[in-house]
Amino acid sequence: MTLEVILFAIFSTICAVSAVLMITRPSPVISALFLVLNFCSLAGLYLTLNAQFIAVAQVIVYAGAIMVFFLFVIMLLNPETERKFFEHKAKLRVFIIVIVALVLIQIIYVIFLSKPSQTITSEASRSIETGTVENIGREMFTNYVLPFEAAGYLLLAATIGALVLAKKKFE
Amino acid sequence: MIDLIYLTVLLPLLGFLFNGLAGPKIKNEKVIGIVGSGVIGLSFIVVVGAFFETLALPVEQRLNIVTLFQWISVGGLNISFSYQVDQLSLVMSLIVIGVGFLIHVYSIGYMHGDKSFWRFFTYLNLFIFAMMNLVLADNFLVLFLGWEGVGLCSYLLIGFWYDRKFEKSTTSAAGLKAFVVNRIGDFGFLLGMFLIYSTFGTLVFTDVFSRAVSFAVPEHIFVFIAIFLFIGATGKSAQIPLLVWLPDAMAGPTPVSALIHAATMVTAGVYMVARCSILYASAPAAMMVVAVIGIFTAFFAATIGLVQNDIKKVLAYSTVSQLGYMFLALGAGAFSAGIFHVMTHAFFKALLFLGAGSVIHSMHEQQDIRHYGGLKKYMPITYGTFLVAAVAISGIPPLSGFFSKDEILWYSFTNLGFVFWLIGLITALMTAFYMFRLYFMTFEGKEKFDHHKLHPHESPKMMTVPLIVLAVLSAIGGFIGIPEIFSGEHGNLFHTWLAPIFKTAEMKLMQFGGHSHFEELLLMIISVVAALSAILYARFVYLKKPEVAEKTSSRFKAAYNILLNKYFLDEAYDATIVNPIVKGSEKILWKIADNKIIDGLINYLARLIDIISGFIKRIQTGVAQSYALVMVIGIVIALFWIILSYA
Amino acid sequence: MQIPIEYYLILSAFMFSVGIVGVLTRRNAIIVFMCIELMLNSANLTLITFSSYLGDVGGQLFVFFVMAVAAAEAAVGLAIIIAIYRNKLTVNIDQINILKW
Repeated sequence: MTLEVILFAIFSTICAVSAVLMITRPSPVISALFLVLNFCSLAGLYLTLNAQFIAVAQVIVYAGAIMVFFLFVIMLLNPETERKFFEHKAKLRVFIIVIVALVLIQIIYVIFLSKPSQTITSEASRSIETGTVENIGREMFTNYVLPFEAAGYLLLAATIGALVLAKKKFE
Repeated sequence: MIDLIYLTVLLPLLGFLFNGLAGPKIKNEKVIGIVGSGVIGLSFIVVVGAFFETLALPVEQRLNIVTLFQWISVGGLNISFSYQVDQLSLVMSLIVIGVGFLIHVYSIGYMHGDKSFWRFFTYLNLFIFAMMNLVLADNFLVLFLGWEGVGLCSYLLIGFWYDRKFEKSTTSAAGLKAFVVNRIGDFGFLLGMFLIYSTFGTLVFTDVFSRAVSFAVPEHIFVFIAIFLFIGATGKSAQIPLLVWLPDAMAGPTPVSALIHAATMVTAGVYMVARCSILYASAPAAMMVVAVIGIFTAFFAATIGLVQNDIKKVLAYSTVSQLGYMFLALGAGAFSAGIFHVMTHAFFKALLFLGAGSVIHSMHEQQDIRHYGGLKKYMPITYGTFLVAAVAISGIPPLSGFFSKDEILWYSFTNLGFVFWLIGLITALMTAFYMFRLYFMTFEGKEKFDHHKLHPHESPKMMTVPLIVLAVLSAIGGFIGIPEIFSGEHGNLFHTWLAPIFKTAEMKLMQFGGHSHFEELLLMIISVVAALSAILYARFVYLKKPEVAEKTSSRFKAAYNILLNKYFLDEAYDATIVNPIVKGSEKILWKIADNKIIDGLINYLARLIDIISGFIKRIQTGVAQSYALVMVIGIVIALFWIILSYA
Repeated sequence: MQIPIEYYLILSAFMFSVGIVGVLTRRNAIIVFMCIELMLNSANLTLITFSSYLGDVGGQLFVFFVMAVAAAEAAVGLAIIIAIYRNKLTVNIDQINILKW
């Protein structure tokens, strides 16, 4: 029972449980908070995978910015709480769960079919160096600088779009 | 001139085109009349020339074919527009063109002042064109072309005064009746033609007739062919059962009745049967049918003619009756006698109709003979010619009617038996009676009209000259057919002229002489005596003692009613054939087959598409999640595919 | 690395399917958006897993860009929801069905 296994067990459980809880709560605020929990446990999982920079970015961007944004919108619009999960259109929801279970089973089957364990090489031990900020920075600003700039433009466009769409009408 | 025979067809066609196209613009009646009659006059010269040219030829060479152009050439069927100039077609051409010319001249006077003067001559010329095609054709198809063409012209001319009422209906309805009834007959004619083609492989007369002798064809085929062709003849020549159109055809102007429904069109059936004499001779059963229908029609129509009060109706039924005589002759195997009667009948019946037209004209369209009387002194020429015609049709020697009618009675006695002769004699008696009833009530006796209102007068020369010509022909026309007991061997010029045409047929029938001259003379005397007594009785009833007519009609009221209403034949046809067809078409064919089935099928298809699309459109719910669900289902299927192809 | 890679991948697949269920069943548009973010994160997890087990940094860079795009998308999407709310006064997806037949 190494620390790694314990950590994985804790973080993956929190992740899965919070995801399920998120979609079943009637109140939107509770759902949003569960999603925050999910993101934080994901950050923990990233850390066990030696992706330090991404883990921090996850907490800052997702849990910190995007979810706060969601909560702000929920506060502004104040939507009514929905009814319980299985009450409305029960048959349809059962059908959906069956279909998605099918998808899940198929994906798992593909995962085992492709036997990824055999493709793992010894380079797995190098992952400690790959996840450092230094490494990511080096790769990003030399090989991937164009997508980086393009992402900047994308964010600019999104900002302008959000501004225009959400603005009050001109009087 | 024989080579120019096509001119007799072409010239009337040109007259038709000229009057038809330029007629409405030409206001001068003289021009239209001269063009219309002139083309017929020129055709007459051509026909006479051809006749004399043929006369000069030896007997074996008297059949000449003049080909114009190839008409149909399909598979095994080769029909060309050719004309056969032989003895029979020359006789018919002379009758058609000769009498036609006289009637054209008469019409110039009769139709004077009519607003559609040009249209009348247009149709008349078209009629002559079609009739000449019929008479001169050398194959069944061109004959049928003429056959249909004269039917069309009959329809056009009967309904000429399209805005007039006629009895309980309109003149157009009368024309339509003629056309439809003719069409029924034509159906039989077509069946006969199809059978001829399938049996003999050709429709050309000379080939068909030579093959009729040489091929080994079972007799019942001949019977079928003959009966089918005869059905066409009953339609065209107004025999039982298709005679109902002829009395109603009197709705047309009187020259039309004279030309078409007396002299020429109705004799087309007789001509056709005579032309196909070989086919009929090969089917004795069919000949008996022809004879029976002929004599029956003659008797039937004569009984109706006894009591009719419209001058044209009497003449119409008389025509039907005389046509019955012609078919009786054909059925008895006396083909040339039938054609002889066609010729003499053309003379005196046209004369009777034209004279009636003269009377109608001067009495201001009055046609009821009960309002005539004593017209003798106002219209001497009409009176004289009408009397000649009446004597001729009654069969009094030496006028033409005597020779032709007597020949028919004689041959029916020798070839068909005593009963046929007896019925023929009784019919001849009735013919004389009703003819002179007509004459006495019209021209003699007391005047039954208001003298101060109506001023009857003689017709202009344009109308009386043709009357005189026809009267002369009715009087002396019979001398070319004097029976052999008077004129010796080959003395019957008419018979000798036509003999080569009917030679084969007569040989097939193997008719023997075997009867003595004494019998012939005796029968002749009996028929003349009967006719004379009928005339005297008519004189007695209608001139001396009119009350006898009243008393007889009231004593036999039921019989009188039946005869006056022509045995209710039209009503019977209406009830049994016409109304069921109309009602059946309306209730079954229209309401059910057309509306429910055909329309219903189309509507059902449209509704089906509507229903299907009603189902399919529900996919577009507008809710984004349902689209997402469909996408997820697609993912499932795609994953299945991948897994299956990988494994 | 002692944990077999399949565990991470199965977790990622589970999160993805949970996200699909959420997208298809919830009626509140904002919650549907959050489920979409969940699905994006499950893809991120897969990418990081492979990057870690294969020693390639490209996976983590890709995750970086996915985050950027997700942020932009969330911004614009929520702005649209606000605009719809202004017109229809509801964020219930069942009532936004103008493109119905």
